[in-house]
Amino acid sequence: MTDYRTVFGSLEDYAKGGVQIVDDDPKYYAFSNIFEVASQAAPYEKIAVGKNLEYVLEAIRAEGTSEWRATPHDEFALVMDGTVRIELFDPSAELVDPSAGGSVTLGGEPEGNPMGTVTAQRGHMTMLPAGKAYRMHCDGVGVVLLQTIEGPDTVFRWADICQTF
Amino acid sequence: MTITDEAPNRLGYRQFGVGGFTFSRDEYFVTVEWPTGNHQMPVDHWLRCIQRDVAWGFFYGIVNFDSVIGTMNHYGTVDMFAGRFNEAYRRAEVDYNETFGHDELLGCFKAMLSDWTNEGYDPFAAPLETGSAFGPSSGSNDEAVTRRRVVADRMVSVPGDEPLRSDDSGFPVNRAFADVEQGEPVIEATPGYEDELCSFNLFAYLSRSDVTWNPSVVSACKESLYCPTTEEFTLPVIHGNDRVEWFVQLSDEIQWDVEDRDTGAKRARVIMRAGDVAAMPADIRHTGYSPKRSMLLVWENGSPRIPEMIAKGEAPVHPVDF
Repeated sequence: MTDYRTVFGSLEDYAKGGVQIVDDDPKYYAFSNIFEVASQAAPYEKIAVGKNLEYVLEAIRAEGTSEWRATPHDEFALVMDGTVRIELFDPSAELVDPSAGGSVTLGGEPEGNPMGTVTAQRGHMTMLPAGKAYRMHCDGVGVVLLQTIEGPDTVFRWADICQTF
Repeated sequence: MTITDEAPNRLGYRQFGVGGFTFSRDEYFVTVEWPTGNHQMPVDHWLRCIQRDVAWGFFYGIVNFDSVIGTMNHYGTVDMFAGRFNEAYRRAEVDYNETFGHDELLGCFKAMLSDWTNEGYDPFAAPLETGSAFGPSSGSNDEAVTRRRVVADRMVSVPGDEPLRSDDSGFPVNRAFADVEQGEPVIEATPGYEDELCSFNLFAYLSRSDVTWNPSVVSACKESLYCPTTEEFTLPVIHGNDRVEWFVQLSDEIQWDVEDRDTGAKRARVIMRAGDVAAMPADIRHTGYSPKRSMLLVWENGSPRIPEMIAKGEAPVHPVDF
């Protein structure tokens, strides 16, 4: 029986592919690599690596403890590298306009009830529920891919992260 | 009625027809005929194609079975075509297109899958994991060809939503993912919040997928849909986009051939390895090759506004401008 080895990427070990152009513009493919983007990011910077109308995929470098954020809609955090501890909080008052897109940062600690924590490793996906607050912590350096909507803190850096030739 | 002959042919297979198209099979091939021409395809490839078309409800945009035959979804109606996206066929004016109600064409394909799929052959499976599609009619495999597609409302594992996969639920770890960690996240919920703290091991979930090239929805941020899938061998269809589509390679490697959607002229090859992200523009068609079973996150925008935007030419062709 064949022994297979599944290859995942990490900050320390990734092998980026690329676009081989025959007759096209490489920019049309917005080709990037999550680990490369996170390796050049500030902690908890929300860098878009995918955009589809108002929806975005954000690559996040998890390092230390993030600010508290409140989300108006469900978001989904997929850990791509490292171990990330996510605290969730049920605020006693509405912290963000439910019709808004993307999460917003809170000035400090929210008031309300702690919901608990999730400790997630590579491949683990966590729901960040609508109307709740959360923060992340990573003892080392991790990478999170966030499924969300473009918000005030989404960073667009396409020319820096995408293959252009 | 989609069955044109009451009696099966000498090999035991029925002939099907819808509109001006007729479909028949022999031991090795499917023959498609339409008023201006005809075409043959190996039957294993044909079954893999119509299996995806059925499972996906004709998917987004165009599903080319090869360079001649395919379907185009109009989200309510669907075109079946021959040579429509083949420059030579169009130039020779032997191309053909016919529009059907969604359920009419779907019903024809479902009946064909049931009658033409022999016992032991699974059109969703990788070639190394299934029996032969060839030969005379021999039993059926309706359990395989009528699988339910996973579509989570919020996220897999959320109470009341799509369940996790396990040995007990009939989803053993695939042979090619035997080394994938199966541990689940540690959830420490404050009493009263047990149902609201939800997290699961997506990679373990995908390692237990029993199908290939069949995106299913595992999380939904409004109309933003995570549709991961496990891939092995080749994507049987050539998907022609009608909107921008994004891929995130979660593990291993897939190579994509990208062609002009309307002419088939080669535009690019895209090599994707773990952690890579790439968009497929709205005016291309693509097919993929995965030498080892891999995990691919297909990211779709399922907004009901998009078909109208497409009709008005308002949907963006390229993912971002920079």
